[in-house]
Amino acid sequence: MNKLYNKYEKEILGILARYPAEGKRSAVMPLLFLAQRETGYVPTEALSNIAEITGISETDVASIMGFYTLFHAEPAGRYRIQICTDLPCALRGSESYLEQICEKLGVKEGETTADGLFTVEAVKCLAACHRAPMFQLQGDGEIKYYEDQNVEITMQIVEEIRHKVAAEQEA
Amino acid sequence: MEKYILLRHRDVPEIDQLDVYKANDGLVAFEKVVKSMQPADVTLEVKNSGLRGRGGAGFPTGIKWGFLPNNSWPHYVVANADESEPGTFKDREIMESNPFQFLEGLMIASYAVQANQAYVYLRGEFWQLAAFLDEKIKDLEVAGYLGEKILGTDYSLKINTHLGAGAYICGEETALLESLEGKLGQPRLRPPFPAAVGLYGKPTLINNVETLTNLPLIIQKGADWYRSFGTEQSPGVKIFSLSGCVNKPGNYELPLGVTYQELIFEHGGGIVNDNKIKAVMSAGASSDVVVADDFCLQTPLAYETCLDRIKAPLGSASIIVLDETVDMAWLVSKTVNFFKHESCGKCTPCREGTFWMDSLTKHMMANESRSEDIDLLRSVALQVQGKCLCALGEFSTMAVVTAVDRFRADFETHVRS
Amino acid sequence: MADMVTLKIDQQIVTVPAGTLIVNAARKAGINIPVFCYHPKMEPVGMCRMCLVEVGYPQRDRVTGELVKNEDGTTKISFAPKLETGCTTPVVEGMEVRTTTEKSNEGRKAILEFILTSHPLDCPICDKGGECALQDLTMLHGPGKSRFIYDDKKLFAKHVPLGEMILLDRERCIQCGLCVRFQHEVVDDPVLHFYQRGRSLEIRTYSEPGFDSIFSGNTTDICPVGALTTVDFHFAARPWEMERDPSICAHCAVGCNLIYNIRREAKSGGKTVIKRAMPRQNEFVNELWLCDKGRLGYHYVAAAERLTQPLLRKDEKLVPVSWEEAYQRVEDKLRAEQVRLVTLAGGRLTNEDLFNFHQLNQSQNGKAVLYSQMAGGDLTAQIGLGKGSNFSDMGKGTAILVVASDLHEEAPLWWLRVKQAAQRGAILIVANARPTRLDKFANHVLRYEYGQEAATINALLDGKGKDEFTQAAKAFSEAENGLVIYGSDGLGLNGSEQLVKACAKLLVERGYYGKPNNGLLAVWDKPNIQGAWDMGFHPDRNLKGTLREADVAMIAAADPAGDNPILAQALEETDFVIVFEMFMTETAKMADVVFPVQAQIEREGTYTSGERRVQRFDIVLPHIEGPKSDYQIAAQLGRLMGLSTEDRSPVLVMNKINEKVKGYQEITYSRLAERAEQWPLISRADSYYAGTGYENEYGVGIQISSSADRGEELSLGTLILVEPQEEVATGIKVVPVTALYDRGQLIQPSQILAKRLTPQVLLMHPVLSKKYQLQDGDQIKVKVAGNEIVSGVKLDADVPQDVALVARSNGFPISSPVFVQIQRLVPEPEA
Ligand SMILES: Cc1cc2nc3c(=O)[nH]c(=O)nc-3n(C[C@H](O)[C@H](O)[C@H](O)COP(=O)(O)O)c2cc1C
Ligand code: SF4
Ligand code: FES
Repeated sequence: MNKLYNKYEKEILGILARYPAEGKRSAVMPLLFLAQRETGYVPTEALSNIAEITGISETDVASIMGFYTLFHAEPAGRYRIQICTDLPCALRGSESYLEQICEKLGVKEGETTADGLFTVEAVKCLAACHRAPMFQLQGDGEIKYYEDQNVEITMQIVEEIRHKVAAEQEA
Repeated sequence: MEKYILLRHRDVPEIDQLDVYKANDGLVAFEKVVKSMQPADVTLEVKNSGLRGRGGAGFPTGIKWGFLPNNSWPHYVVANADESEPGTFKDREIMESNPFQFLEGLMIASYAVQANQAYVYLRGEFWQLAAFLDEKIKDLEVAGYLGEKILGTDYSLKINTHLGAGAYICGEETALLESLEGKLGQPRLRPPFPAAVGLYGKPTLINNVETLTNLPLIIQKGADWYRSFGTEQSPGVKIFSLSGCVNKPGNYELPLGVTYQELIFEHGGGIVNDNKIKAVMSAGASSDVVVADDFCLQTPLAYETCLDRIKAPLGSASIIVLDETVDMAWLVSKTVNFFKHESCGKCTPCREGTFWMDSLTKHMMANESRSEDIDLLRSVALQVQGKCLCALGEFSTMAVVTAVDRFRADFETHVRS
Repeated sequence: MADMVTLKIDQQIVTVPAGTLIVNAARKAGINIPVFCYHPKMEPVGMCRMCLVEVGYPQRDRVTGELVKNEDGTTKISFAPKLETGCTTPVVEGMEVRTTTEKSNEGRKAILEFILTSHPLDCPICDKGGECALQDLTMLHGPGKSRFIYDDKKLFAKHVPLGEMILLDRERCIQCGLCVRFQHEVVDDPVLHFYQRGRSLEIRTYSEPGFDSIFSGNTTDICPVGALTTVDFHFAARPWEMERDPSICAHCAVGCNLIYNIRREAKSGGKTVIKRAMPRQNEFVNELWLCDKGRLGYHYVAAAERLTQPLLRKDEKLVPVSWEEAYQRVEDKLRAEQVRLVTLAGGRLTNEDLFNFHQLNQSQNGKAVLYSQMAGGDLTAQIGLGKGSNFSDMGKGTAILVVASDLHEEAPLWWLRVKQAAQRGAILIVANARPTRLDKFANHVLRYEYGQEAATINALLDGKGKDEFTQAAKAFSEAENGLVIYGSDGLGLNGSEQLVKACAKLLVERGYYGKPNNGLLAVWDKPNIQGAWDMGFHPDRNLKGTLREADVAMIAAADPAGDNPILAQALEETDFVIVFEMFMTETAKMADVVFPVQAQIEREGTYTSGERRVQRFDIVLPHIEGPKSDYQIAAQLGRLMGLSTEDRSPVLVMNKINEKVKGYQEITYSRLAERAEQWPLISRADSYYAGTGYENEYGVGIQISSSADRGEELSLGTLILVEPQEEVATGIKVVPVTALYDRGQLIQPSQILAKRLTPQVLLMHPVLSKKYQLQDGDQIKVKVAGNEIVSGVKLDADVPQDVALVARSNGFPISSPVFVQIQRLVPEPEA
């Protein structure tokens, strides 16, 4: 049918099976997640692929992508460090935690590290207010929580990821 | 004696394994309903229990179930697992640690309204949790509790998870339905209510995760047993998500009617650094800011008492504690910024009002404001009230008006005369 | 009839059908509740919150259910604590609505202030300035001073093109969503949507070309601010500088009512020019809409190539001469003994032109030929859509059969209205050889092979054949009302004749004629084909022979030589050719005399639409120096021949028509100018409720009765089907179809449509292209009727496998199915 479909046919059929026939367009969000799995953003081509699969227009697919914050239209770092700085977390020091992480990584909020690996972002409440400071890591098609953080622990995590990526590249 | 009704994983290790769950009375209630109860009787039992929705509005659950018309099919059930209110983190703990009880609750609700398809709408950030629930659903299917002709009866049920993708508004039930249908998460006009015209235009029951998690024990032990907890008008137990300036933030499952005092000082370990408590918010960012005086602290946390005594709805019972170091102008700048970020943009007062309030508080935080701007801020908030399409816009004004009224001095420090 | 309820709005007592929305009930009572996101043609969404009003409900006793009374005996009304949106709240008996109280005024002020916090103050450079709902409401209710910091307004690049036709100004957008909903719900082109959320919401299109919709212009009317405007009108004029002249769109048989806004301007050398076309409300015809062809396709009037002087052939060359000389020449020719005269008239002519031409022709015993590839005008005159028909009234109980037509391309407004009838519950049956945009809304889709049109209808009549046929046949026969809409998709005159007979037979046998919302409707390819039939012109199956044998051919509004090389050859053999034209067409080039004629926009007249609604149009532009109206020239010639043909005014011609032509008895210009009550009540004077389209002050026209309506005896002729002859030919069969944006004379001068013109290609199925080793984009040489034409190839898996499709009037000279030889052109290697 199209590139996205051919690539993930089985998974896509599984997604479509979750919804009744008249609700095919419900698959649009799962498909957007799928489309950005590899690159961390939704390539333009995927919009028309998804449109074709769900039977809605490309414009409508793009509109969904634009509305939700976990979909990205533009490339950024391979990993997005999304630090919650919402009220409860901020009451427990997440704003200065964010600043320090930025400093350590040599970026400003919203920017990407020179190696292209990390983008630091401030986000709204992630339902982990009792374990602040915390962040979620969006990348490689996954979203993982890291709670009860401080700068040292987080930088360790960052280093581990750097090592993992380096090892990957060597292999 | 087991302490927990909802957070049973704290009593029973590994209750997230199906065999452990079953060994601890798991699925007894579901078996009972599908094999021996009429759907209407299930609804009646829940009605009698007095259980009220834990998603925030506190609407009586059994009554809501009764709204689904029997002349329009199919019916759908949706579990609201969007949990995005700042300060709320209870549904997550339930699903992560006691998933089967939640799923069993969902199954009971589905049976009661005779739905054959249920969805769990999780906020997109709960990506891992969705995968985890998918496994648990699989387990239930393999064990014959989900699927076609369950346990040899005529009843069939499928449960699927569906991930949002970062939008607080999708916790609002009609926006959630839109999102689940693959559209922008913008609220629908009501009426018609989802019970009449919901998912794919069909009658749909939407309940919060915590609401649903109460059901297995209500069915198993009966409405009267459930009513032995809590207050007359707010029966049962509630998970209080406690956050902010307390020593032991976390989830506390307690009978409704427990006071602020008990929750914060006995359970929550008191205020950080032994600071003085200044104010509380009971419904996350969507709350009034209430001065934490003795009267307030003695208020029982129940739907009716909060309204009666401190005129601030209990909401999702996400208690944010604020101590004397907290600058209320800053606090308002945080809540207002949250709502500005989350306003879906569909209706004018919310879209523009949250932006305006955000811009005013930003200028305030940069000490660029003048004294009139405090009144302007308050007046913009009042101007939003009563005019929005859904409750989000209303929520955005609660902290603003109450904080300006009650802690004006905090704002004055940010303005030039 | 819906139950009526009575309520009070401000101090007025209003009685309206139950369920009416408050804003509409108020509008009926002359009270304007301001709205932005509400449009009476769309479902309410209640999102802009502009229409907030106080709503009170009669109070009932909780126990007894009785109405609670005040001391004075009146019913106690309890007002909701919050304001409610008038656009979403249906009225109920005893309700009281207050729109001018302090509380509702406060609500209105609040919402306006909110909108203005984002809206720029650029009215002086906004194309909408002067007809902007937001501007007007701000004047009425807005604060005099802003409490908002100007620096926090939205800042975007202005005038971003959404495609070549529509501009978007994101700063001005008030996020009412009307454009998005119009595109999704009304016209089913979901090519606009919001991007992002909150105050960052912006309109985007991802279609290719941008904003790919043939109805896009309508969004600029319903956009309550200047966020969406047309490129055509950008910075062209201010609304208050322009005059308005009513007209009828001349591009298709629907006959949309419009207003041309004109002004005299220095930059056009002091000439009066059209600045834009706007819809004029006619709920019987086009409601409040126009397709983009109608809206943007008026530029031909101003084309520099217009003919302005009579031309006469002298020494093999056409040279300008005086009118007298030209008339003289024609008179001499016509007076010659026993001339065989043929008058070939096109469907762009007015009823008055046609009547006079017919008189002239008849006086010489000439043959009156209609230049058209469609048959059936005699049948539509007899059992056509019954008087009083209106698509808007069709829904449950009506069965609509559309056959051999791609309505979306051929008659966009009918497509829209048929779609909506289907959405209201009408049974829609679509029969075609290929998929069309109407299929999606059909209850039954029937496929046949090109050539099987009539057979398909006959199968429906028998109720035999494949399963879908039996079901469709049953559905069609069981309705209360039935109509058949037939077009010319893939058909020439022969096929059309077969088809229309079959359609007529079906209608007659089912009894679907002679009453409203029943009967036959032809999708004519020109605005006044029905009028031409009524005035006595008929198409000719052997046009080639007729022309060849003619001594004198008078050809008006037709370009046979340009359309078909065979007809050009035939004309070579005609002794004397007189052409009435606006442009130097191929036919004009071959003429002996050419009379320059006025454009429709420069003159008065009437058209009879496909629905047989006679509609009048006025002089919009003062005509350019030189040309005359066809009816005048015909009348002059008639007078020279001793007839009393009317040349003073079309009004007077119409007076003759109504004496002589069946069905036109009730038609006079003054009756055509009668207005009718229409809903929604739109008006530019008191609000821009429903957009900036114009109210109809000029008359809605008159739908004339069919013979069946009048109870006359029908003479339908034999409706027996003649078996189509197997064509013996080799090569590829090419069938003609109609495209909205073709390369016709009237369209090409509108530069703005250039990119949307239908590609000049043979459209074929991949299976067929494979047989000839062709690929998408290839160039081919096509041999047709001895001529060679170069064309492109486009593949389309939706078209039938055994024929190629080509658009009419698009540079490829076919008007009926033909067999052609093709040869692939190998591209020259680049130097
Ligand atoms: C802006 C907004 C956000 C909401 N977010 C949530 C949420 O995250 N989770 C939830 O269960 N209910 C949320 N609600 C409440 C739901 O609309 C709905 O009332 C609830 O899911 C009903 O379930 P219950 O009856 O079990 O409480 C929200 C409501 C609003 C207006
Ligand atoms: S462009 Fe116009 S019609 Fe569309 S949302 Fe904006 S203001 Fe409304
Ligand atoms: S405020 Fe940060 S997770 Fe809730």
